[in-house]
Amino acid sequence: MSSEASATPDPRGSATPDPREPSAPDVRVPSASDVRVPSSADVRAPSSAGVHEPFPGDPREPSLADAYEAINDADDPRWAYGTGFTDPLAGVDTRLPGGVDAGDLSAYCLMLGDDALVMSHRLQEWCTHAPELEEEVALANIALDLLGQARLLLSRAGAADGSGRDEDAMAFLRGPEEFRNVRLAEAENGDFGQEMARLLVFATWRLALLDRLASSRDPVLAAVAAKGVKEVAYHRDYAAGWVVRLGDGTPYSRERVTEGLAAVWPDVAELFVPHEVEARLARAGAGVDPATLREEFDDVIGQVLTAATLTRPSTTVAGSGPGRGRDGDHTPALSRLLDELQSVARAHQGATW
Amino acid sequence: MVSPRARSGAPGRGVSSAWEVARAVLDPELPMLTLDDLGILRGVEETGDGSVVVTVTPTYSGCPAMAAIRADLSAALRAAGYADVEVRTVLAPAWTTDWITEEGRRRLADAGVAPPGQAPARRRGPVPLTLGPVRRRVGCPRCGSGDTEEVSRFGSTACKDLWRCRACREPFEHVKEL
Repeated sequence: MSSEASATPDPRGSATPDPREPSAPDVRVPSASDVRVPSSADVRAPSSAGVHEPFPGDPREPSLADAYEAINDADDPRWAYGTGFTDPLAGVDTRLPGGVDAGDLSAYCLMLGDDALVMSHRLQEWCTHAPELEEEVALANIALDLLGQARLLLSRAGAADGSGRDEDAMAFLRGPEEFRNVRLAEAENGDFGQEMARLLVFATWRLALLDRLASSRDPVLAAVAAKGVKEVAYHRDYAAGWVVRLGDGTPYSRERVTEGLAAVWPDVAELFVPHEVEARLARAGAGVDPATLREEFDDVIGQVLTAATLTRPSTTVAGSGPGRGRDGDHTPALSRLLDELQSVARAHQGATW
Repeated sequence: MVSPRARSGAPGRGVSSAWEVARAVLDPELPMLTLDDLGILRGVEETGDGSVVVTVTPTYSGCPAMAAIRADLSAALRAAGYADVEVRTVLAPAWTTDWITEEGRRRLADAGVAPPGQAPARRRGPVPLTLGPVRRRVGCPRCGSGDTEEVSRFGSTACKDLWRCRACREPFEHVKEL
């Protein structure tokens, strides 16, 4: 299994890597003791404080450490409802930047967290239904990334509003009218072409949003966003690749993705209409006005549709009706989704095992 | 290239023993790597009264191994005699595969997992869209050939993707650049 290639570290950054010359196989098997021996290549200069300071000069680090550590507090090795994994109140640093209203920040974290949670659930519903194993794995990975973002944001929401609700209470014990996700995320799954159309729209919009949010004055939002940018960039590339493949594929694949785009397009306009909370936080430097995302969104979608030889759907199609997800005004699809998502937690409230 | 950790300093006064214990803990999903190899161990602070604070950062937001990693760190340090162990998690700055050590890259390759190349540098402006096949070339960790292709940008864990080698026809995993 091992080979000479393994002994030759990847020349990182090389523009012309490395068809490696095969040579005598290296049959050495790493042992446990091997793994524990410090490498001579891994020498560190002493720190004056006797402490490893990973981010010298980062003024946000102390409060971030407290807040994030508390959000993720647990020695319990498992994360599941009822295992006591969470304890978001323990030492959460709820201090906010000046000029940022705690209620607004909490509501904003709910919006972005609910987008991620609900979209994650729709992607999870593809498990055992995707057309190929690789796509199954991809969709589950994307769902997991979004679930991770949701956990952080919902925990932050519960800490910021002073209610003491943890991530489980936020995810499992709110009714549909309390969810603040955009309607795009909650719509029932269609076929694979439609899912790729939705994921392209969702990821393109969210990537543009998180990229701007990474400079938020709220250190927790900024950190969640900076990490999310890297993840959602992969999600967008994945969906874009499929839209191109389907659109510029067979007549049937083209028909599927064309109809998929038409099905999700009525929910696009809502993504760019600022809620008053978003507008206030944008003015305070802590949030993003979604109206500012439209230009980048249109540009990216244009690139994808051009490569896919598709045209932008007409926006005159009636959407899912009046009302907006950001106001808690949802379609029946969200109620059905939450019935499933929340069934165990609601049937066994406070259960531990 | 200097990683932030390389700048961060070595074990100083009174720290080395806890650092040596913490750095040797293995990653649960990439057990050929120590947490130090993976670059997620961000700090070890020993106060001298038997208590130690370890700081780690997740690879991905949804990484399900984080709780296990915290538990493993805690257990290892307690076993080494530290009565009071606190494991903190930080999100910023976000982990990058550039923090995987050279030793870690060698161990990945030894185990048949292609190590990551350099993470893409972020230019100013919007995150660029990547359409079409990945231009990155990844050497086959089994036969060494450079004649490989990406199968899927997602794999068995959040941090890996799937490739295949056209020369030896074997599939393999690759730690994707982040």
